[in-house]
This record gives sequence, structure tokens and C-alpha cells, in this order.
Amino acid sequence: MHKKEYNTVVVGVAFSPNLQANAFEALRMSVLFNASLVMVHVGEKSAEKEKKLEKIIADFPEALPPYTVLWKAGHPVEVLLNACVSENADLLILGAIQREGLLKYYIGSVARKLTRKCPCDVLLLIKPAVERIPCSYAVVNGLADEKTEETILRAFYVLSSLGATRLTIVEEISEEDVAVKVDDDRSLRKSTIVKERIRLREKSRVERILTHIPKQMTAAVQHDIQPIFGRRGYSIGHFARVKRADLLVMNAPQANSLWDRIFPHDIEYILSDLPTDVLIVR
Amino acid sequence: MAKSSPFKGLRSNIFAGFVVSLIALPLALGLAVASGFPMVAGIVTAVVGGVLVSLFGGSYVTITGPGYGLVVVLLSAVAVLGDGDMHAGYLYALSAVIISGMLLLLFGFLRFGALSDFFPATAIQGMLSAIGVTLLTKQFYVMLGDMKTKGTVLELLAAVPDLVFSLKIAPAGQLYAVGLGVISLLIMLFYSKITNRFFRLIPAPMWVILLALGFDAYFSITGGENPIDKKLLISLPNDMLTSVPTPNFSKWKEPVFWGIVLSITLVSSIESLLSIKAVDKLDPEKRRSNINKDMRALGIATIVSGFLGGMNVGTVISRSSVNVNNQATNRSSNFFHALFLLLFVIVFQDQLGRIPFTSLAAILVYTGYKLTAPAIFVRMYRIGKEQLFIFLTTLIATLLTDLISGILIGLLATFLVHVLLNKAFWLFSRNLLKPNVLMYKENETQSYYVGVIHFCTFLNFYKLKAKLDKIPQTQKVVVDFSLCSFVDHTVQESLHNYEELFMRKGGVVEIVGLDVHETDSSHPFAVRTLRPFQNIRVFGRGKTRRQHQLEALAQEKGWKYEESPKAQKNLLRDHLGYETTSVERVYNQLSSPNKDLSLFDITYSEGVFIAKESVQTTLLRVRLKSPVPVFSFDREMLLEKLSHLAGFHDIDFPEHPDFSDDFYVRGNDPKKVRAFFTPELISFFSAYGFYHIMCNGSELMVRQFLRPASPAEASAMIAFGLALKEKIDG
Repeated sequence: MHKKEYNTVVVGVAFSPNLQANAFEALRMSVLFNASLVMVHVGEKSAEKEKKLEKIIADFPEALPPYTVLWKAGHPVEVLLNACVSENADLLILGAIQREGLLKYYIGSVARKLTRKCPCDVLLLIKPAVERIPCSYAVVNGLADEKTEETILRAFYVLSSLGATRLTIVEEISEEDVAVKVDDDRSLRKSTIVKERIRLREKSRVERILTHIPKQMTAAVQHDIQPIFGRRGYSIGHFARVKRADLLVMNAPQANSLWDRIFPHDIEYILSDLPTDVLIVR
Repeated sequence: MAKSSPFKGLRSNIFAGFVVSLIALPLALGLAVASGFPMVAGIVTAVVGGVLVSLFGGSYVTITGPGYGLVVVLLSAVAVLGDGDMHAGYLYALSAVIISGMLLLLFGFLRFGALSDFFPATAIQGMLSAIGVTLLTKQFYVMLGDMKTKGTVLELLAAVPDLVFSLKIAPAGQLYAVGLGVISLLIMLFYSKITNRFFRLIPAPMWVILLALGFDAYFSITGGENPIDKKLLISLPNDMLTSVPTPNFSKWKEPVFWGIVLSITLVSSIESLLSIKAVDKLDPEKRRSNINKDMRALGIATIVSGFLGGMNVGTVISRSSVNVNNQATNRSSNFFHALFLLLFVIVFQDQLGRIPFTSLAAILVYTGYKLTAPAIFVRMYRIGKEQLFIFLTTLIATLLTDLISGILIGLLATFLVHVLLNKAFWLFSRNLLKPNVLMYKENETQSYYVGVIHFCTFLNFYKLKAKLDKIPQTQKVVVDFSLCSFVDHTVQESLHNYEELFMRKGGVVEIVGLDVHETDSSHPFAVRTLRPFQNIRVFGRGKTRRQHQLEALAQEKGWKYEESPKAQKNLLRDHLGYETTSVERVYNQLSSPNKDLSLFDITYSEGVFIAKESVQTTLLRVRLKSPVPVFSFDREMLLEKLSHLAGFHDIDFPEHPDFSDDFYVRGNDPKKVRAFFTPELISFFSAYGFYHIMCNGSELMVRQFLRPASPAEASAMIAFGLALKEKIDG
């Protein structure tokens, strides 16, 4: 049986100017998911830091979720990974880095490694904020993949927890699937027909997945299906950007060989230029 | 669609083929001579091309034969490979032609059809102009009777005054020929200005031939002898159709040979592709050529032509457009053009020997002039100073080096200009390999949405092109550049081609999101860049096509168009769901005479904390006569984003369950809102469910997309606004 709820949320805290925003986001998420929060600080514990963190937590305007703070020295990736395992985490929250002077976000090398290796779901926030920005619209992938059903289910769960109201399930159809090369009017007609056929096939596949999802979940969130044509893994990010989605939910990447990193695919595109907050479902 | 029979419209195709052959004959002869090939090579090229490409080609009303651009490359090939010996050089050049034919065939199979799309349009223009300058200069010498020109183009240009003065001491045999040449050039130059119907029955190049033949006939009738020096008359060998030269492949090991093969292939394919594209726009039946299939046919024809002693077979624009103008409907006219050409050569072999080289050269001088006319320089300058710079760089580089180096330098210059314009190398280096185009069919409107991000230049245009090529041209397409920081001239020009192609077939390509980009030119195809966090461009310079269309829309309705109306910072403040937005800019405003309705583009960001790029969209504002309840209406709950904190709730309409299910109506006073939504209004709103409407009590704000509306969509919005106002105000 898949676990369907987030019971433990892990967040890494560092004493940067973003500390308050990161902590507040994590606290808020934990409240919304009704989960307990584990704050992991990589580095030595000091009375001053402890005090500062406590002050920030005390400033949190809502009722606090159950939380613990872990102080551990070591390499950030290892510490956080170990924390995720030992705390039996369901969700790891990471912050993205903003490119100097631009509205572009990417995730740093530590977060990227974590994203690859983390055993639980990962939520990448492009701009943690002290005040709440409600999440109302999300985009989820509907790839032909065995994980997809789980991902869509998780998207519905997360959206209803966050109080979001609308979800688009995006079916990416890559050019290779449309095997007809367009040269002239005749091949164009043929390719249009093939595309339409694929579109309908994929749509019915996604609709079948939707029937497996509990009614009360699908009823709470207005949803539609949008097939798009483009490079897998990439176009969905572009789509989320165009549609100004607040959250993008993706399958976790399958393999991570050196090859994949040299020739980026799927999620790598999105990690190097985050269109919005991204939830990666393991 | 039934496959059209090749015999359909046979008569008109035979006629078109005949007219084209009249032009093709002098051109074929002239181009062959200018290439350093024997005269007959031009005929072979046109005949082989006409027969084979009409059989295997993928285009419809194109004419194939020897091309202008090749002349320059082939001439240098003959000179370089032959090392001074013209005949040996010719045999070596034939082998280069054959191999380039094989490459073209390979390109066709590898579907490299779009080869010319990888080069910046301006650099290609520069290269073509360089070819024009070369052709013009070399043939100018021939026209003045100097058959032994040597040296680079620049040296030759410098020596033109000497050449003209040397005519003073020229023998009479030469002067007669020069006289014919100069008159021929005048005919070519002023042909288009003459409106006499009978004069225009015969194409200009044929007049040149007739003039030369008439000159000769005058002397043979009066019993005298043609005073033109025999050396200046063209001579066709008697065994020209039976003796076939043997190509000499022995230079294949030398790098210079491969350089020549590459130049020939590059020029031939670029010239053919540009011509095919241009002819597609002329085709009255609006067919789309299969470029790769045509490339394969050109490759096969070139190989055969090379073995028979001919030049590269290419698609040629001027002959093709004459073909279309004479009601050709399919490839058979190309076939008949070849047949007539062959017939002329056999029947009039004797007469052809009475034409002086100077007459043929005049035709090519004119052609060269067309390729490098001052109008091209002016046009480049209008598009932008940087385009003129790229154009001149390529032109001069090509003249000083060779075609391949020239176009590569042009490519580099273009890229450097782009980097300098953006003051950012990272924009290109970081995003070059990323896919940057998204296409989907919008569920609401069934039109295609094509979004482009990062940058879009000649470097990655093929990605956008691949998407556009896959959309049926009867459909509606919106190309959105609002998230794209830089769009270059090549892309805009190509998109303009798509606009025309779609328009011809009943579809529409509309480009949105370019209006806020910066430009320093007033040309609609100028480069446009969106530099982050810089002062927004000074409005008033360089309207985009969309802006022109919006202005026309305003005029049509008797509305007022303002490109940059007064700042209205608080425009959205009191609207439900937009309380925290901050308006960055309002532009392209269309307002009705009484100011009750106005449509405008707007850029706003959704509050300080929202980290996303600001939204560019089009809004319609409708001022109402009397106050109404505050409400919002939409299908997707998008407007709900921020307002659900503010105590508004969904309002149900128990008497209209379908409406309640499909749409979200929100407001702070459900009773009043329910009373306001009369059944009539409900059915009206349902019919236009794709609009999002916010009402603050005194005015309505209507929006369709989270992107700027295309002119057609804007027009529809205005119509909706007018109807809505009438419904509510009564």
C-alpha cells in the first residue's frame, strides 16, 4: 500500500537571511499537512543560534505544529539524507537560489544531489516567503509511466491539503511518438491525424487513472487534461510558466547515470530553471 | 483531395514552358560562359534539370536549371582546379559538380532541407549580394568586349575606368559588339518601365537575343558581313549533342577540391531553397513543396548533369515566377521548358552562333545588379544599423575571401551583434541547448498556442520552425514571445513568411508579446530585445505588426488608439482578486469615443511576494451607467487566487444548476448578485464562458488569457464588451 499522507516533514535550516522565510514555509506546510516537522541544522549547535531559531519560531503567527530541531555536523547532503531516513520523512523541503538580478531560479548543487538521492518526496520552493501566498493552481505530469498514477494521486492530496482549487494534468507527447515526418500537405494531414489519435489515447489513459482516485479528492479540485507537444520533462515546465501555475508536480527521475547529466532530460531541465515551486514525487 | 493528373491543364503548361524556355535559353548560354564552362553546358543543365526534377521533384511550379549564384563558384573552381588550363579545369569542376550532387542527394535523405534556416537571413543576403557584385563586375568586362579578365573582384572594380578608356582605341569589331551589349543592358534595365503590350509579349532576355539576331540579319540581307569580331561571337560545337566530356576525379585527394565541393553545394542548396520557398508563395493552388524530396531530385539531376558535362541543377526564382505568371499548374511545365530548349538548340544552332558574348553578358550584368541593388542596402539600414553592419561585413568578407569563409564570418558577426545588443553572453550560452518552444492546442479556443522562452534567433529557430511546420495551415496559431528576451531579424522575417502562408490557406498566425520589446528601428522585422531591469523602451519607435493591426482595428471602429496612455497605477486596485497587484505598464490602449469601453495591454505583477515574472495580458474595461453588485465570474477559479481571504464566497444559483456547476460566481452580497444575474444574463454569460470578468460595482474588467490577445481576439473582446454593456445598461 502506498503511503498517501505526509506525517513527517524535514527541512534544512541555515542561518542565512532567508531563515525566517524558510522556517515559516516549513511550519506552514506542516500545519496544512497535519504533520510533524523536523528542522535539521547542519553544523555545530550554539546557544546563540538556538536562541535565534527559537525567536523565529515563536514569531510564527499560527498554531505551531509538533516540531523538533536536529543539530548535526557533517556534509550537508549526507546529514539531510540521513535525517530523512532516520526520521522516516515523507517530505523534504528545499529552497531554490535566485539568479543574480533575474527572475530565474535554480537549485544549488547540494539541493540537486538531495533531489536525486532523497528517498522521500521533495518540495522545491522558488521563493520562500514570510507571509503566506496561497497556492491555487497546480500542474501535474501525466506521463505514460508506472509512477504517474501515484504522482497524480499525490497531487490531489497535496492540493486539497493546501486548499488549492485547480489542477491541470499535462500529457507530454514527444515528437518521436508522432512517427510521421511532415514534408508536404499530405504528410501534414497524416501527422495531424496521428497526433489526434495519440491525443485521444493519452487522454483516455489519464482518465482511467482518474477513476482510480477517490471521488472526494477529485471532487474537491477542479481538474482538466491538457496534451502538449514538446520535449518530455521540459515542456511541462514551460507550460507551468505560461499558465502561471503555483506548483508543478513531477515524477521522480528514473535513472541518474553520468549520461543523463551530460545530456539533460526530464527533470534536469526543470531543476536548472525552475518555473515555479516543484514537488517531486518519489 | 484527389491526386491531380499530370495531364490536367496540359495546354497552359506547354505554353508556360514555352515562355520560360525563351528566357532560359539566353540565360543558360550566358551562365555557362560566365562559369567558364562550354556554352552547351548551360543547355545540358537546364534540359537534364527540367526532365529529372519534373519527374522526381517535390515542388509544383518551380523551374530548374543553372543558377546565378553558382556562376561565381564554378568559375573560380575551373580557374583553381585547372591551374590556368580552362579545359582541364572544366573536367575537374565536373567531378566536383557530381560529388556536390551526391551531397545534395544525401542532404535530401537526411532531411536537411532547412539548411538555409541555420544561417542568419542578413548574412545570406550579404553573401548573395557578394555574388551579385562578382557577377556584375566580371560580366561588365565581358560586356565591354574584354574576354580575358583576371584578378580579384576588388582589383577589377578598381580597373573599370581604365577599361572604359581603353574602348577609345578598341577596334570596330569590338565596338559593334559593345554597342549591342550596352543597348541590351538598357533593354534589361527599362523593360519593366515599358508598358507597350506588344513589346511585353516577349520577355526581355529574348529581346536581347532578337536584337543580336536582327543586327546579324541586317547585314546578311544587305549582302554585307557581320562586322562583329568572330572571337566575340558565341560558337557551338557541331558535335555538341554527341560528344560527352569525361569528368576528371583525380583531384579528390586535395583539400581545395573539397572546399570547392562544399561551396558549390552550399550555394546551390541555399539558392534552391530560397527559390522554392519564394515560389511556394506564388503558387496559385497554395500547395506546400516537399523540400527534401525536391533536394533529392536536384541531387540526382546534378549528378546526371555533371556526367553529361553540365553544371549544378538548381531551382531558379526568376524563371519560376515567369512560369507561374504564365499559368503553369504543375511540374510538366518544367519538363516542357526543357523540351523547347532542346528543340531551339537543335533547330536554331546556326542562328545561335551569331549572338555576341556582349549581349549575353548584358543579361548577367543586369542580374548581378539586381542581387546587389542599392535598394537592398537601404532596406538593411531600415531594419537596423546592426543589420547593415552584418550585411556589409558578410559582403566584404565574401569578396575578400571566399563564399564559405564569408558566410561563416557573417554568422559570427551576427552572433557578436546579438551578444552586444543583449550585453549578455549567458543568455545564449546557457539556453542554446535547452528546448525553448512549447506547443499545445488551447482547450478553450481550439487554436494552437506556441510559446517561446529564453531567446529565439537563427541559432535555434529550427526548433520553432519544426513546431510551426506541424500545424495545419488552415488553423489559428498564436505565437507568444512574452517570455522570450530576444528575437532576431531572421526569426521575424521567417515568421512573416508563415503569416503569409497561413493567410493564403485560411489560417492565421498572430504574434503577441513583442510589443514591449526594445528596438531602435522603425521596421517591423527589427531585432527586439527585452533587457531585464532596464528602462523600458521609448514608445513611439518601431511599432510591431500587432500594434499596426490594433491601430487599424481602432480606426475601423472609430475608436482612439494610444500606444502609451497615461500611467494608471491604481487601475486594478479595487478589483476583486487584484487587490495586491501592482500595475507596471498600460500600453496599446483602444478606447471608445465616450470612454465607456477601453481595451488595453497591461503588465502587472501579482504582488511583491509572488516570485514569478510579471503577467502580460489584455484587459477590456467596461464602465457601467448605474451601480451593480460586486462580483467575479469565471470558469476556472483563477481569479480566486487572493480574494478568498477577503470574505467572498461562491454564489450558487439553485434555479440554474448547470450554470452553477460550470462557472464560479463570487461576491460579498449573494442576494444582490443573484438578483443581478437574470436568466437572460446567465445565458449570455454561459455563451461567453471563456472570459473572466471582475466587477467592482461600477466597472467591469474582462480578460481572456494570461497572455496578450491577438488582434482577432481583441476584436472579439470588444464585440463582447459592447454586447455586455448593452445587456447590463439596457
